[in-house]
Amino acid sequence: MIETTEKRQTYYESIIANGFSRRDFMKFTAFMAAYLGLESSAIGQIDKALKTTPRLPIIWEHFQECTCCSESFIRTDHPIVADILLDKVSLDYTMTLMAASGHQAEAAKKATMENFKGEYILAVEGSVPMGADGNLCCIAGRSAIDQLRESAAGAKAIIAWGSCASNGCVQSARPNPTEATPIHKIIKDKPIIRVPGCPPIGEVMAGVIVHVIAFGKLPELDSQGRPKAFYAKRVHDSCYRRPYYDAGLFVESFDDENAKKGYCLYKVGCRGPMTYNACGTIKWNNGVSYPIQSGHGCIGCSEDNFWDNGPFYERLTNVPGFGIEETADKVGAIATGVVGAGVVAHAVAANIQKRKELKKRVEAGKDVEKNVERNI
Amino acid sequence: METTGIHTFKRIYVWEGPVRAFHWINAFSLLALAVTGVIIANPPAIMSGAEATNRYWFGITRFVHFAAAYIFTLGMVYRLCWAFLGNKYANWRVFFPYTKKGLHNLGHVIKHDILLMNPKNSDFREIAVGHNALAAMAYSGLFILMAIQIFTGFGLYADNATWWLPKLFAWVVPMLGGDAAARLVHHIVMWLIVIFSVIHIYLVLYHDWLEGRGEVSSMFGGYKFIRKERVKKD
Repeated sequence: MIETTEKRQTYYESIIANGFSRRDFMKFTAFMAAYLGLESSAIGQIDKALKTTPRLPIIWEHFQECTCCSESFIRTDHPIVADILLDKVSLDYTMTLMAASGHQAEAAKKATMENFKGEYILAVEGSVPMGADGNLCCIAGRSAIDQLRESAAGAKAIIAWGSCASNGCVQSARPNPTEATPIHKIIKDKPIIRVPGCPPIGEVMAGVIVHVIAFGKLPELDSQGRPKAFYAKRVHDSCYRRPYYDAGLFVESFDDENAKKGYCLYKVGCRGPMTYNACGTIKWNNGVSYPIQSGHGCIGCSEDNFWDNGPFYERLTNVPGFGIEETADKVGAIATGVVGAGVVAHAVAANIQKRKELKKRVEAGKDVEKNVERNI
Repeated sequence: METTGIHTFKRIYVWEGPVRAFHWINAFSLLALAVTGVIIANPPAIMSGAEATNRYWFGITRFVHFAAAYIFTLGMVYRLCWAFLGNKYANWRVFFPYTKKGLHNLGHVIKHDILLMNPKNSDFREIAVGHNALAAMAYSGLFILMAIQIFTGFGLYADNATWWLPKLFAWVVPMLGGDAAARLVHHIVMWLIVIFSVIHIYLVLYHDWLEGRGEVSSMFGGYKFIRKERVKKD
């Protein structure tokens, strides 16, 4: 645990002090610039920023979550990210990774909040339960909502890590018993970066942090508050199986020949076409693979309500209120059939009910026919 | 007054060219959209063991869907403009029959055509020349459904688009809670339009058969036939 009262080192100083070489540092900046989608001239800017700006204190809160975001983060490609950027240098408070515990940990957090008021970054992992007066999730004897409001008050910006903090994830799936709520629905007066995913890709998380510290501002966000560099495209649009989709070649079931050939997983429920994430390009586990490459469809973990948009192995979402296995197509086809039958019944009834009127009209028409001379 | 027997009819130009053009553009683009849409939602397993090279049928299906969507949207815009330029049967006021006259006509349509009653005091003057009140309400409903399709459709399309027009709809999808929800709405509304079409086609045939005024052909030629007595000046 670092002392918040010490002279504030720059990132570069702390990286060198931790035994990395300058070469390692340069590799790291180039690597980060590439992930952020910046041009090569930006490497110099990142380099300069990390050498001159003092480190940015980060408070990392954990609420209703499973820590998969932290797990993902510490497995980023580059050792500097895990070793230096957060674990040793920047993280003033994160209860799962810090050495201190109990009162010491809480004291460290308090010190950061006081010493760096308006400067520190608040990273939040997990959603906040609003039910039962917030008592369903308590840390250090205080409710999550209480903790969040306190630490958000002095923050420069908030990063909502993962689907829990940005969308609510599994805790907020219907019926959402704890009233789990994403951060942006609670804190309205701070800039919030949403980094959804269950978990988000480690490199994406590192990219967001590096952008904030290197440029002193938030990365460019889309209308949903997600960094554009990583969430502008659907997984589908960067999928290496996309040619099979356009060619209409689909896996019909997971054990068929088409699956072996690596066809598109669209028909077995792949959520790639409705999911915004960078899995197709950055991939997972140091760029080894990602779900679709491993033969399983995307489950859309970075999308709002992805647990309620099930089932995962079918293309269409269930229609709420129509039983669990009914899809829109079934409901629609049945409704059309019912209406079609109704129309036929109505036609029959009309001919019976209006038979007198019809008969008269037919007869009148026949009379006219008789009185018209046939000339052709 | 009786509605049958031998009478003199006048030919009246009800549906002007733009209205008819809109109707058929709309009908055929809706057909193309529904067919390609169902294929896109659940593509048939027509190929197996093939390579993707030189095959693009699914891409073409989607292209047809998007192209038809543009035509469909332009058709709707065209019709909205014509609601201010066209004759009294095309005017926007027709679609808001919430006047005393309109509600009276609504009662007539429900009694005569839906419940198939034969009231004694029925008058041929009560048969609408253009849209009857209930039909007008149904068409305003259809316009709302069509608007939902345009908003959700372009919303889903926006992120792949390079043009500014579809991008104007980018806010729709997040408002509905993501692509999955938007797709579901898009799909359900498609079925509602299919159901509308079934009823619409039936009722056109019904009116043609039970009123004998050229209901079906009016959407081709534009003319209907009304009793001579309904024309003020002869």
